[in-house]
Amino acid sequence: MTAYEPVIGLEVHAQLATETKMFCGCRARFGAEPNTQVCPVCLGLPGALPVVNARAIEFAVRMGLATHCTIASESIFARKNYFYPDCPKDYHISQFDTPLCRDGYLLVDGGRARVGITLIHLEEDAGKLIHPGGAVSYVDMNRSGVPLIEIVSEPDIRRACDAADYLRRLRSIVRYLGICDGNMEEGSLRCDVNVSVRPAGSEEFGIKTEIKNLNSFRQVEEAAEFEFERQSVLLEKGKRVAQDTLLWNAPAGRAEVMRSKEQAQDYRYFPEPDLRVLRVSEATLESVRAALPELPDARAARFVSQYGLPEYDAGVLTAAHELADYYETVASGTDPKAASNWVMGEVLRELGSRHIDIGSFEISAAMLVDLIEAQRAGTVNSSAAKKVFAAMIESGRGAAEVIADLGLEQISDSGQIEAEAQKILQDNPDEVAKYLGGKENLLQFFVGQLMRATRGKANPATAREMLVRLLDARR
Amino acid sequence: MDLTRQTVATLRRELEDGRINPLDIVDAHLDAIEQRDGDVHAFLDVHADSARDAARRLTDDGSYRTLPLGGIPVALKDNICTTAGRTTCASKILEHYSSPYDATVVSRLRSAGAIVIGKTNLDEFAMGSSTENSAFGPSHNPWNLERAPGGSSGGSAAAVAAGLAPVALGSDTGGSIRQPASFCGVVGMKPTYGCVSRYGLVAFASSLDQIGPLTRSVADAARVTRVIAGHDRNDSTTLRCAMGQREGATDADADARTDAPLTIGVPRSFVEAAQHAEVQQNFDDVVERLSKRGVQIVNVELPHAEYASAAYYVVANAEASTNLARFDGVRYGHRSRNSPDLDAMYANTRAEGFGAEVKRRILLGTYVLSAGYYDAYYHRAMQVRSLMIRDYEAAFGRCDLIATPTSPTPAFPLGERVDDPLAMYLADAFTIPVSLAGLPAISVPSGRADDGLPLGFQLAGRPCDEETVFRGALRVESVAGFTEAVA
Repeated sequence: MTAYEPVIGLEVHAQLATETKMFCGCRARFGAEPNTQVCPVCLGLPGALPVVNARAIEFAVRMGLATHCTIASESIFARKNYFYPDCPKDYHISQFDTPLCRDGYLLVDGGRARVGITLIHLEEDAGKLIHPGGAVSYVDMNRSGVPLIEIVSEPDIRRACDAADYLRRLRSIVRYLGICDGNMEEGSLRCDVNVSVRPAGSEEFGIKTEIKNLNSFRQVEEAAEFEFERQSVLLEKGKRVAQDTLLWNAPAGRAEVMRSKEQAQDYRYFPEPDLRVLRVSEATLESVRAALPELPDARAARFVSQYGLPEYDAGVLTAAHELADYYETVASGTDPKAASNWVMGEVLRELGSRHIDIGSFEISAAMLVDLIEAQRAGTVNSSAAKKVFAAMIESGRGAAEVIADLGLEQISDSGQIEAEAQKILQDNPDEVAKYLGGKENLLQFFVGQLMRATRGKANPATAREMLVRLLDARR
Repeated sequence: MDLTRQTVATLRRELEDGRINPLDIVDAHLDAIEQRDGDVHAFLDVHADSARDAARRLTDDGSYRTLPLGGIPVALKDNICTTAGRTTCASKILEHYSSPYDATVVSRLRSAGAIVIGKTNLDEFAMGSSTENSAFGPSHNPWNLERAPGGSSGGSAAAVAAGLAPVALGSDTGGSIRQPASFCGVVGMKPTYGCVSRYGLVAFASSLDQIGPLTRSVADAARVTRVIAGHDRNDSTTLRCAMGQREGATDADADARTDAPLTIGVPRSFVEAAQHAEVQQNFDDVVERLSKRGVQIVNVELPHAEYASAAYYVVANAEASTNLARFDGVRYGHRSRNSPDLDAMYANTRAEGFGAEVKRRILLGTYVLSAGYYDAYYHRAMQVRSLMIRDYEAAFGRCDLIATPTSPTPAFPLGERVDDPLAMYLADAFTIPVSLAGLPAISVPSGRADDGLPLGFQLAGRPCDEETVFRGALRVESVAGFTEAVA
């Protein structure tokens, strides 16, 4: 059996989070009552003309710069012609052979793989069809004209998991840049995956299929993997892959044919005569460049050098800028490693199990600092700290208050611990004898008894030292 | 005084002197429309009530006394969107369409005190040279009702010629203001592409369409152009042109400068392509008279003008094919009933809603943009367009204006060319090269043929140099002595 490799490329659409639409002044917000954010321009009424939203251009330039693209000083809008009820002009204003950004790249798989970015161009979103059932359909034009960027990758990806990683990184970047909320469920980030398969080591490309309707990272990975396997089987049997456009059926876990190559449309692209050539001046470029925030890769590298974190941890903490901000606030108030342990451990576990973002987490960075500091000062031991953490989430109250309330202050007073220890040794003469006879691992038994007696509040280190000293005194 | 036979300048003088008020003018024109438009069919819709209301408002607040077009009725070609009445583009597909917004030119006219009196007939979606492509029947040339008024702004030209409006707006893509102006013996001005906002003009060919006035004098055309010109933030292709920034200028300024030195270029070999003897004769006469009055005449070449029409019909139809895609029955306009599915609804709606010429152009335009043909047609046509622009740049190195007849023939009989699209397309041979280059150009009445039909003289100028175009046109107007009105 021949060894095959997949050749994967992604086309990602990101809705830009501008106040207004791409070519008119209507609000671009998601979720308004249908057809309340519309005007002659985005309804495609006779005589209406588009006017470019400068903010959308700036957002697209940000993305271009963040992904190492060359920004064209002159780019051209083009009409993409097709009939569909969600497309009010029956053409779509997009860019074609002269896009705003080209020739960039993104690193995936922890910097081990480089994915080329062919181009990033600007376009307008279509309206949304609503099918309530029966013979009637409705169209909501609120989304019509919302600015989009399309990010087209080179076919550089060789593993399905890297396809998902690429998309994760793109999402992370658009969110860092503040140009897109990255919400895949609401469709503000959409992805089509192109897959072809070839014998491993071959330089030539196979026939590719395009998979649409992918609404999560997981679906991207599953779909790419599915196509890789499906096409490999076909090739192994000596069959040809059909150049189809497929639709991902997530519940069934398979791709289904949407249209074949013969049904592919001729979009009759030509330069949009209602708009002038789009010019981005050197000055604009420089001001956008100067205002770029620190991006995920750079921030992760800084976390490694500044806070001494392992690369993996730095990568996790910087994937979303809100989490990275949270971590940095915590780290600035306490020991950075302890901060990383808490955020990577308890905090992410909590967020993950509840499917919430750091933004809606009850324990603020400052509150977490207090808890970590309490632990570092020995006020609570680590198991008590976890109880405090849970109680803080429950009550929304600060660490000091919760510790006092639950009576979880660690007992470090050696007099109190000595009294408890003496009592335990008296109550367990057999074990004391065995310990003194050489079974020194019984120490853990005494420590456990002591912790139980103090309801976990004894400082474990102090307890251990105390027990060893008292036992030695009996030899 | 017959208020329906006056220039804007005269009407304004009468108004300023208090001899008449806006309602007198509006009533006179509404009466004229009532009496004469049954024959001419210049109008698709008359806004009698709203026009009278506007006249009363202007009279009540007295603003008409100072505004540049205060109290002046204006007819609008029915591809210019108005919230009042309907905007049909003379197409069945928009027969009942009413626009929720006014075109920028309409707002500007209104701010200048003008009164919209109605919407005029045109070739469907401005595609044609005779108004015979109107879904609601042709307009007739007021000089001879058996003749075409030209097109596509035929209704606007006929309205001004027949005394139904002192001013009309038309739109010009390849000659649609200038050719009907020539046929109807009125002045027709197509400003520089980008001089006047297209916002609210239902698009035919976006890179060529331009709104302009049809009037009874060159001075009136300048006055109206000044009102409607200027940058518009709703139209990205508008320019910050001189015309739109000279609001204070008066007609007297232009008059005063008519004796300044002027050089007019004549593309001889191109003009001789007009084989119509009377057209040729009239053109030569006017050139001769201009020369005698001190205008310097030089010969210029436009070597690529012979390819202009071919290039024009590729570019214009390509743009039209996508501009007219939106008329699909989904959101507004005609929708075919009883279609089994979406594709059938699209096909039936458009088959029922569009006329033959519109369909022909959509098909041609779709074809030239199709994969595999784009380079051979659209791309080459755009190259010709660039060459045309260079031809003019070179020619304007030697002259201030370029003169040709406006049309190769006087008004042709209605029905003569309806079945021969290529013959119809020839009507724009002199106007198309100018359109491709985006230049300002005017048609000035320059005489009459033996059978009494008007002839027109076209002057084209440098981009954004409307002032020189008007200056030259004033001289043509004065040497041609075309003062006759329709009987």
